[in-house]
Amino acid sequence: MKDTEGYVTADGRQIGGTLMEMRNITLRFGGVVAIQDISFDIHEGEVRAIIGPNGAGKSSMLNVISGFYTPSEGEVWYQGAKRPPMKPFEVARQGVARTFQNIALFEGMTVLDNVMTGRLTHMNAGIASQALWWGKARDEEMENREKVERVIDFLEIQNIRKTPVGRLPYGLKKRVELARALAAEPSLLLLDEPMAGMNVEEKEDMSRFILDVNDEFGTTICLIEHDMGVVMDLSDRVVVMDYGKKIGDGTPDEVRNNQDVIDAYLGVPHE
Amino acid sequence: MAYLTEGAEGLRSVPALLAHNAARYGSSPAYREKEYGIWQSWTWSEAAAEIEALALGLLNLGVNEGDFIAIIGRNRPYLYWSMVAAQCVGAIPVPLYQDAGAEEMEYVLAHCGARFVIAGDQEQVDKVIEIQDDLHQFEHMIYLDPRGLRKYDHRRLHAFDHVQAQGRAARDEFIGELEARKAKLDYDSICVMLYTSGTTGKPKGVVLSNRNIIETAKASSEFDHLKVDDEVLAYLPMAWVGDFIFSIGQAYWSGFCVNCPESPETMMTDLREIAPSYYFAPPRVFETQLTQIMIRMEDAGAFKKKTFHYFMDHARKVGPAILDGHEVGTFDRLKYRLGELMVYGPLKNALGFSNVRVGYTAGEAIGPEIFDFYRSLGINLKQLYGQTEASVFITQQPDGEVRSDTVGVPSPGVEIRIADTGEVFYRSPGVFVQYYKNAESTADTKDADGWVATGDAGFIEESTGHLRIIDRAKDVAAMADGAMFAPKYVENKLKFYPSILEAVVFGAGRDRCCAFINIDLAAVGNWAERNNIAYASYQELAGHEQVLDAIQSHIEEVNESIAQDPMLSGCQVHRFLVLHKELDADDGELTRTRKVRRKIIGEKFEDLVNALYDGSPSIYTETEVTYEDGRKGKITATLEIRDAKVVPTTPQKLAAE
Repeated sequence: MKDTEGYVTADGRQIGGTLMEMRNITLRFGGVVAIQDISFDIHEGEVRAIIGPNGAGKSSMLNVISGFYTPSEGEVWYQGAKRPPMKPFEVARQGVARTFQNIALFEGMTVLDNVMTGRLTHMNAGIASQALWWGKARDEEMENREKVERVIDFLEIQNIRKTPVGRLPYGLKKRVELARALAAEPSLLLLDEPMAGMNVEEKEDMSRFILDVNDEFGTTICLIEHDMGVVMDLSDRVVVMDYGKKIGDGTPDEVRNNQDVIDAYLGVPHE
Repeated sequence: MAYLTEGAEGLRSVPALLAHNAARYGSSPAYREKEYGIWQSWTWSEAAAEIEALALGLLNLGVNEGDFIAIIGRNRPYLYWSMVAAQCVGAIPVPLYQDAGAEEMEYVLAHCGARFVIAGDQEQVDKVIEIQDDLHQFEHMIYLDPRGLRKYDHRRLHAFDHVQAQGRAARDEFIGELEARKAKLDYDSICVMLYTSGTTGKPKGVVLSNRNIIETAKASSEFDHLKVDDEVLAYLPMAWVGDFIFSIGQAYWSGFCVNCPESPETMMTDLREIAPSYYFAPPRVFETQLTQIMIRMEDAGAFKKKTFHYFMDHARKVGPAILDGHEVGTFDRLKYRLGELMVYGPLKNALGFSNVRVGYTAGEAIGPEIFDFYRSLGINLKQLYGQTEASVFITQQPDGEVRSDTVGVPSPGVEIRIADTGEVFYRSPGVFVQYYKNAESTADTKDADGWVATGDAGFIEESTGHLRIIDRAKDVAAMADGAMFAPKYVENKLKFYPSILEAVVFGAGRDRCCAFINIDLAAVGNWAERNNIAYASYQELAGHEQVLDAIQSHIEEVNESIAQDPMLSGCQVHRFLVLHKELDADDGELTRTRKVRRKIIGEKFEDLVNALYDGSPSIYTETEVTYEDGRKGKITATLEIRDAKVVPTTPQKLAAE
């Protein structure tokens, strides 16, 4: 591996060594090449963004990281080891949690119950114990509820704790999704367009929460986002994709001045 | 000074009361706060230990006797402890309104020269950091919630629990000094300094001594028989004198438990869970709750609706009489009991009022319908009249003598006098020491014998001895033809309609009265939904034809009722407009306690006032607004001005002076 040393950000934060590395990832669906030979890494404790125009392959990349897709070629290295092809729930057990572009919550369940599902990977009491809510199951539930309550407090959703998710406005649902992902205590948090469809105020709130999560828990965050302003403000390093290829990688300033990136966003004729 | 008493040995300061409670009620709860979904609680002895640790930590930071410590945040046990810990080390706590803007905060912090600030969270910390360069005495800030503060420069910034930990570690070193400082506190030591919001001018720092607070707490606790097992919910601003008296004065005197909500948004849920036995709320809270009940009853099924109205009618008839212990027939009593089972009980439970033994409202006049509604449910809601300068209590209503139009009899220990001008004066052990660094205002307000001018005009009802307040003395004026002008009287009548949130009446020195109206978005919005009226913004709803029709009919009803009063019939509202924005404390139009600043509104909306009087049918206006984060913006609107029907009368002239 290259620099596992870590680095210091512009605002003086120490970033750790490599947490995840994508090596020459290619993803094909039949004849369509969604991702073409892309390599990049994610360091411990940083906010890493993947950006690109529509159809650039960002979500596919996130799905490769989360284990939903197995890359056609290339390797995923996680915590210093090569990751064999895995089911998404196995990846989740390794400490990778995510939110979805189209909210994927249980609409009929309360916020509290939804966030509790984020703790499922940490529960392992037997069926009998669960059914009787006795012994281990009860202890586990109490322990997990405490962790969940801390997340609820952190994201300031105490007042909707017992409200069914279906009754919440869109911006709050997004926050509940973040809460559920956080409840899993992930070492890597994947956010798929966390600001999509939000108004300015909701975006500001969400940005603050993302920074606070990174700051408070030291969680490594990898996010996909359309809103360039948000991305440039939030992230430490940015990968830019276009037509399945990587066209830029670096700090927000480096990326902003990269001619290929400018072309991709402003549009130039492709031969 | 015969009216000043000396108090009991060992009970002459709040820290002394704390020690007393830790000894008497060591294991009963002193504080509760809902956090992480559970009510966390502290007994009196645990609270005493926490306060001691913090006080030691403050000594460690170098707090001197006589220093001012500003405290900013929502109601939390930690901040109440901060106030008492400050007193323990001989410093003076100065609680501030947490929603105050940086500018307002800067004035107050500079005025008292606070060296230390204890802040609730990042929002408050940011505000203080923004202004700290202009505050030369400012030294250290302590914060409660570390969220978002990790990256801040921690040379002058300390975490609350860290200060406590340092205090505990240095206990041996500092305990002698702490005990010595506590021993020095006496009845004349300063207990707290509170800034009055003031309907005019800059805030003034009201200095209250231990005597003021403890004597008042003692008298009022005895008046309402407050005991150690009472429960209160602390949700009103900590900078407001009422909260200081209820959550510190009376709580420390009686030893009852102070409960803090989880967050401002969960207040109603927390109220229901705690079900306080002693409750205070300004009229606005009761109004909002009633509006919400009525809105939700509109949505209920036909059977429920019928049951509700049937039993509420009965409650209105006999409820207050039963509460006051008057004669009520057996059949009516039985029917009321059935109503309790069917409607009143569940309703009180949903409101969190199941256990309320004593409830107070004050600050503004409360609508008689609203007042009677709660009393008919069997909730012992009473009115009191008070001021920061009096440590709250001037008059209050004794059980069994409650009416919506009086504010009660003088509280124990309070003497009342009505001056020839009609202004109410009082004298009591609770009378403030002085306005800080403002001898001139102190002398204007308080005379050498300790009599304080309230600034309110009122009279004592001969038959009952109850005080009735007419209006702010300086707002009562004459109209051009010499008729009496009492704007508050008219405004209150208007505000009793659920759809009217706020009203400002003009007319001093003019030939007729005109009014600004603010609609209540919750009530009018619900009405609009019910009637299929689409609207995109507050402004659009406020300007809607049908809304204006409804407001006009309210004003005409009020005019009819004012016309009945021979003295005030000149105050009928001739023309009105509905404002395009809600009056807001952030724009300086209201005080932090939500009282109308008449003069500022008159100046700010001068164009609108002129339009009201020059007869134009509509007016285009631009208004500057301040957003929550302090940025300024502009809104524009064209407002329709309407004429309201008035009842022709010849009002009596004010007697020539």
